[in-house]
Amino acid sequence: MSMIRFEDVSVRYTGRSHPVLSHVDLDVAEGELCLVVGRTGSGKSTLLRAVNGLVPHFTGGLLTGRVTVDGRDTRDHPPRELADVVGYVGQDPLATFVTDVVEEELAYGMESQGVAPEVMRRRVEEVLDVLGMASVRHRALAALSAGQQQRVAIGSVLAAHPKVLVLDEPTSALDPAAAEEVLALLQRLVHDLGLTVLLAEHRLERVVQYADRVVLVPGGGAPLVIGEPGEIMATAPVAPPVVELGRLAGWSPLPLSVRDARRRAGDLRDRLTITQAGQPPAVPLATPPGAPLVSVRGLVVRYGSTVALRGVDLAVGHGEVVALMGRNGAGKSTLLASLVGMARPAAGRVSVDGAVPADLAPRELVRHVGLVPQEPGDLLYADTVRDECAQADADAAVPAGTAAGLLARLAPGIDPATHPRDLSEGQRLSLALAVVLAGRPPLVLLDEPTRGLDYPGKAALVVTLRELAAEGHAVVLATHDVELAATVAHRTVVLAGGEVVSDGPTREVVMSSPSFAPQVAKILAPVGMLTVDEVADALRAAG
Amino acid sequence: MTGWRLPRSLHPGAWWLWAIGLATAASRTTNPLLLGLVVAVAGYVVAARRTDAPWARAYGFYLRMGLVVLAIRVVFAALFGAPTPGHVLLQLPEVALPDWAAGVRLGGDVTLPAVVAALYDGLQLATMLACVGAANALASPKRLLQSLPGALYEVGVAVVVALSFSPQLVEAVTRVRAARRLRGRPDRGLRGLRGVAMPVLESALERSVELAAAMDARGFGRAGADRRGRRVTGLLTGGGLIGVCIGIYGLLDAGSPTALGLPMLLAGAALAVAGLAVGGRRATRSRYRPDPWDAPEWAVAVSGAAAAVAVLLASAGPGILALRPDPTTAPPLPALAALGVLVALLPAWLAPVPAPDGEAEESPGAGVPAHGSRATAA
Repeated sequence: MSMIRFEDVSVRYTGRSHPVLSHVDLDVAEGELCLVVGRTGSGKSTLLRAVNGLVPHFTGGLLTGRVTVDGRDTRDHPPRELADVVGYVGQDPLATFVTDVVEEELAYGMESQGVAPEVMRRRVEEVLDVLGMASVRHRALAALSAGQQQRVAIGSVLAAHPKVLVLDEPTSALDPAAAEEVLALLQRLVHDLGLTVLLAEHRLERVVQYADRVVLVPGGGAPLVIGEPGEIMATAPVAPPVVELGRLAGWSPLPLSVRDARRRAGDLRDRLTITQAGQPPAVPLATPPGAPLVSVRGLVVRYGSTVALRGVDLAVGHGEVVALMGRNGAGKSTLLASLVGMARPAAGRVSVDGAVPADLAPRELVRHVGLVPQEPGDLLYADTVRDECAQADADAAVPAGTAAGLLARLAPGIDPATHPRDLSEGQRLSLALAVVLAGRPPLVLLDEPTRGLDYPGKAALVVTLRELAAEGHAVVLATHDVELAATVAHRTVVLAGGEVVSDGPTREVVMSSPSFAPQVAKILAPVGMLTVDEVADALRAAG
Repeated sequence: MTGWRLPRSLHPGAWWLWAIGLATAASRTTNPLLLGLVVAVAGYVVAARRTDAPWARAYGFYLRMGLVVLAIRVVFAALFGAPTPGHVLLQLPEVALPDWAAGVRLGGDVTLPAVVAALYDGLQLATMLACVGAANALASPKRLLQSLPGALYEVGVAVVVALSFSPQLVEAVTRVRAARRLRGRPDRGLRGLRGVAMPVLESALERSVELAAAMDARGFGRAGADRRGRRVTGLLTGGGLIGVCIGIYGLLDAGSPTALGLPMLLAGAALAVAGLAVGGRRATRSRYRPDPWDAPEWAVAVSGAAAAVAVLLASAGPGILALRPDPTTAPPLPALAALGVLVALLPAWLAPVPAPDGEAEESPGAGVPAHGSRATAA
């Protein structure tokens, strides 16, 4: 039986020349976990939001064709009348919470739908058990970790017993362990409750193995490609490392999970072990020498009674790329904030480029250190890309055209008259990076740069970061993305509870930890290779 | 009676009724002994039955605010008060004002009776503030909003959302200021402020749109688009509330005619209740774990009312409540009124002990371990 049905659906937003979706036909059967993939801005979110009628009832625009969910036409049913059938979970759970306590948030949807109090009470208890969150039921939502918040957001729609669950990038902002929690929960729901799940996600390496079917949204109004995960992945422009390794090794059918790939990889492992013997690693990942640019000694930062950092030591040299990892709330962002002088140390010493960042005036600061925040849009104020670049030049007191030139190098082909809000996620990141780099700071910090970036966007970022390092910039990035860290970082520092728990060459750090190991490392262990490129190079060297 | 002694949170409405009763008592007397008794009673009950919640510190805050009011009242009386004959404490230089400002005095003699009268007046205001503070400390403001009748549900949600909005606004300001600093712009001062306001408003707007979408998707405002019913509800409730306001004014202001007091209050209340009943029938939503209204709630509300009634009765008798300030003798303590106020002390034992907040309620190890333990093990 078909649960979600799109019949010849086209969506066009007012003021846009091209339709976002055109002539889409899609059937999602009951109990199916359907993964929606595609590049940023290809129309994934529009597709998802059309399911419960947010498109076009809420967003505006013109929808032609027909969308039915469980037999209800979204034309006649606004989102609130579909709330009992479709549960929708947006990208940022915190922005969608109505109440501020876990238990009340879980009950909110049911209250709106007029569920009887006894039923409501029972279901809240059930959902608390399903989520495994009974111990935090009275906790304030803002005090939860990001993974817990995401689970509450899912739980709050689950409690109303919808038949369909629609999730827009549920794990993008989560650390690997929290993402696993959320995905395990989803899989259990599909298996135990027969829920139909429609899920969009950039981090394919996390989800593709759970999907029954994959819908590829090519973007630009091109027709959807729908099929089994294996066949779609064989040709898709977006693919997780496990698939790329499979393509490289010529495995068919393609493995989608680490487990499948590992069972196939015996041969490859042997070949690589032989070629590796007596050869230096293909990609030099050793710490480059040089006087430390950043020196942090015994840094303590506290917010009220919570201690965000307790005694952190860190040294970063010129030309070095350091990845900061650790779960949400481990102190990564605080460490970055203290490197730009925004978090006052309660004890300890921070020195960047010979100066104490907290004592620098903003105008001075940009010449020593630049930070691209988690939401790059925070840095952008102007109405056009051109103005933004001009202001950046003025702020940093550099010759006009510096920022524009940097941008042209980082992301060529951006129309300077575009509003920064209309840029894609990757372009916006490039613009923010160009703005920050205009002052030529020797230290560049990035907070969660790959959130919302698709694979091509990520590949471009990797190239940029390598160039920066080659030019002598030190780069520190806080990230949950183990694949990014494995690809680009010379060194990885893992924080937990505000303390450094490991600090060493990326290879050693990620290989020793199952939750931080990239897929290739998991597949090929004990061969110490982290990325597909590395494997390709090694194979090429062996002939 | 089940649940009489079990720890739970009392209905916020009961605490407010109790506090309003005490405030009404305070509004009818300037006797410092009686006012002091009211403050002490409120303080004792707060100390006995408050939680660890952030709003539970409200009582101390309101007390301090009351002291400030008291000080301002005394200073103003000394500077601007009408000349009162009596023992002169202090001679201030008097500023001669032009004719059109006749009746206004600036400076001059500060007399003991004037200061004492101001002290008593200020004490009355401070006591009423303390009563409000007690209610705020004992009853969660959000739970009070949630126990609004169905017809006022939308208003309640709007206020709840607005309440949770302010901390997010603060967070947005911090974020934007940080971003300005990162661009090398001033993050302080007037210029900094202007640059911060725009992005903050923008993000606030974006957030509210997103929240509205989320609420819509979760069924907020389903069905029930019955326009006529809505208008009737609005008319009844609005008219009723105006009536209640006039009635309360009449009751609290000793100088207004009696017809303006209790009758108006009752008529207004009746209208409002009718409006809420009509509106409540229309609402299709239900409520999760509503606060029960049980024997303890009755006891607390009645004890507050007792204090008010006792003081009202006593004020009808010979004037020992509204004192002519006479600094030479200690003010007398009216027995009936004092007994009435003491009745309001009973909630310190009658109200159930508040349930321990949050985590301690579950046995340790129940359910899945909290987030993060896996990563540490790895």
